[in-house]
Amino acid sequence: MYAQLVETGVKRLKTLDEMSEQERAFQERIDAEIKIEARNWMPEAYRQTLIRQISQHAHSEIVGMLPEGNWVARAPSLKRKLQLMAKIQDEAGHGLYLYSAMETLGADRDTEINKLHSGKAKYSSIFNYPTLSWADVGAVGWLVDGAAIVNQVVLQRTSYGPYSRAMIRICKEESFHQRQGYEILLTMMREGNQAQKDMVQDAINRLWWPSLMMFGPSDEHSPNSAQSMAWKIKRQSNDELRQRFIDQTVPQLELLGCTAPDPELKWNAERGHYDFGQIQWDEFYEVLKGNGPCNQERVATRRQAIEDGAWVRAAAVAHAKKKANKNAA
Amino acid sequence: MSEWTLFEVFVRSKHGLNHKHVGSVHAADAAMAIENARELYTRRNEGVSLWVVPSALITASSPDEKDPLFAPSEDKIYRHASFYELPAEVGHM
Amino acid sequence: MNADLIQYLLRLGDSAMVQAQRLCQWCGRAPALEEELALMNVGLDLVGQARNWLEYAAELADDGRDADHLAFRRDERAYRNLLLVEQPNGDYAVTILKQFFYDAWHFAVLQGLVRSSDARIQGIAAKALKEVTYHLRRSGEWVERLGDGTEESRQRMIAALPLVWRYTVELVDADAVEQRLFQAGVIGNLQQIALDWQAQVEATFERATLPVPQAASHFYLSGRQGVHSEHLGLLLAEMQSLPRAYPDATW
Repeated sequence: MYAQLVETGVKRLKTLDEMSEQERAFQERIDAEIKIEARNWMPEAYRQTLIRQISQHAHSEIVGMLPEGNWVARAPSLKRKLQLMAKIQDEAGHGLYLYSAMETLGADRDTEINKLHSGKAKYSSIFNYPTLSWADVGAVGWLVDGAAIVNQVVLQRTSYGPYSRAMIRICKEESFHQRQGYEILLTMMREGNQAQKDMVQDAINRLWWPSLMMFGPSDEHSPNSAQSMAWKIKRQSNDELRQRFIDQTVPQLELLGCTAPDPELKWNAERGHYDFGQIQWDEFYEVLKGNGPCNQERVATRRQAIEDGAWVRAAAVAHAKKKANKNAA
Repeated sequence: MSEWTLFEVFVRSKHGLNHKHVGSVHAADAAMAIENARELYTRRNEGVSLWVVPSALITASSPDEKDPLFAPSEDKIYRHASFYELPAEVGHM
Repeated sequence: MNADLIQYLLRLGDSAMVQAQRLCQWCGRAPALEEELALMNVGLDLVGQARNWLEYAAELADDGRDADHLAFRRDERAYRNLLLVEQPNGDYAVTILKQFFYDAWHFAVLQGLVRSSDARIQGIAAKALKEVTYHLRRSGEWVERLGDGTEESRQRMIAALPLVWRYTVELVDADAVEQRLFQAGVIGNLQQIALDWQAQVEATFERATLPVPQAASHFYLSGRQGVHSEHLGLLLAEMQSLPRAYPDATW
């Protein structure tokens, strides 16, 4: 999940009886699966929650360019270079689709980006882990994009129209990302030498647990889930999505001929699902707080890009004004 | 405050179709908005033509006016061809 | 004849590849999010073109090396790219000037190549010309914006110009290989390419209110001959690191 632990500012769900007439009409609209559009009335907490969630999601796409960008100059063949460049470019694009959806709520993109740069806004914890080998590029595509897709497919039905439409577009485009990642790993496992195979297993060992953390804490530790679900901003619980991801990923893992760093991972015929071990939530909260391996570098890189580019953006504005004045004269 | 202007983007996906709203871009001027829209919304061959309009220049109907604006057309069924019953001998018209 | 053609294909392919590699180095660091997409698009076009040129070169050379081998295993002395494109990115003024000078040259060259007597070249060039027409439009507009933008952007452009300009001599100064290919009808008129490049630079610089320097003069280095500046070796060391470290590996 690209947006984790989104604060709703609502501690307890209101019943329909407790709502004002406007609130009730709004909730009934949502219950009837009618999309909320930018100019519809909405509770301020709904608007703020969406701004937080969509901006977090957008920040994740943009910061998510960096771990893969770490390898784009070192992609090992022309084909792999083209694929990776196209994928990173999509991520920038998806960030922009999402900022665009966010701006329909009256939020300002530059203001929200400043919150990212000052450390106030969150983004997905997964991008605070380093990419240490080419196999990481494959594992990020397969596991990280795979986890994101599980979440995003559900978000296509989210209640806010512009967000839902952005998700539909993103899901359509992202279908190649996970396949690209898996194919990188499969090629290394099937046609590669021992060093390459070791790289793949090492990448999975490092990225497996952080990928499972992407879905956010268990439902009983997600204080904001109930309201987000009632508003249908969120459509399924963290645990349900995590289980779905594990169930679909383990057979792919076996096909690779690799293992997960989880001795408790095994099929439970009774449940019809895979059982898995305990996630280290301490690590998750530490990374989210800013103490992950790469938090400082990621935010610093993004901040510096925008600061260093200030004169470029200002020049474009100044030139546009000069040109407009010339045309008016 | 944003440094660049917000533009709404409309894409004609095929010849013969209307331009359709797809989202927005930021740009310093309209020419840059067209280019940014091209990079963002037509990476996969989605378009044959683009429009960009500064978002601030769009006037939209208010949702509060939904009934006065749109409900009156609901019962004007005589505007639809299926309202008119003709004998079968007339054939397709 | 084949030797000349292979040399020339390597020049086209290597320049596109090295220019794209420099663009990759902007990834996540561009001055605006919109520019991330734009720079990567140009880079994607150029890697695609490099692949086409190098594949053709590999077929003609027929020595067991494929396009990937040519891109990822040749040493800097065997690389035939323009000196201009291997220069470090510097600030956005340097990056845009490099891109613009390269695009203006590339556009003129491709206009000749679409009429090549070699059908394969014609085909590759026709596709590339569409892409490069857009690259040139974009970089030309940025030269204008930065040249005639704010006082700071103008000063940065004026400071960037001498860093880049000296390498433009290769864009307008044909060598014997190119002369022979022109006479054989394989590539366009070299004088025309030089004139078109000069005209494009003058027109854009006028709109950008920037002074056009005196024509650059020839000096010791020549990318086309494989005598590069010190920057190329480091660029290739990064780009080629995996195929070099694991020579028998499939990726």
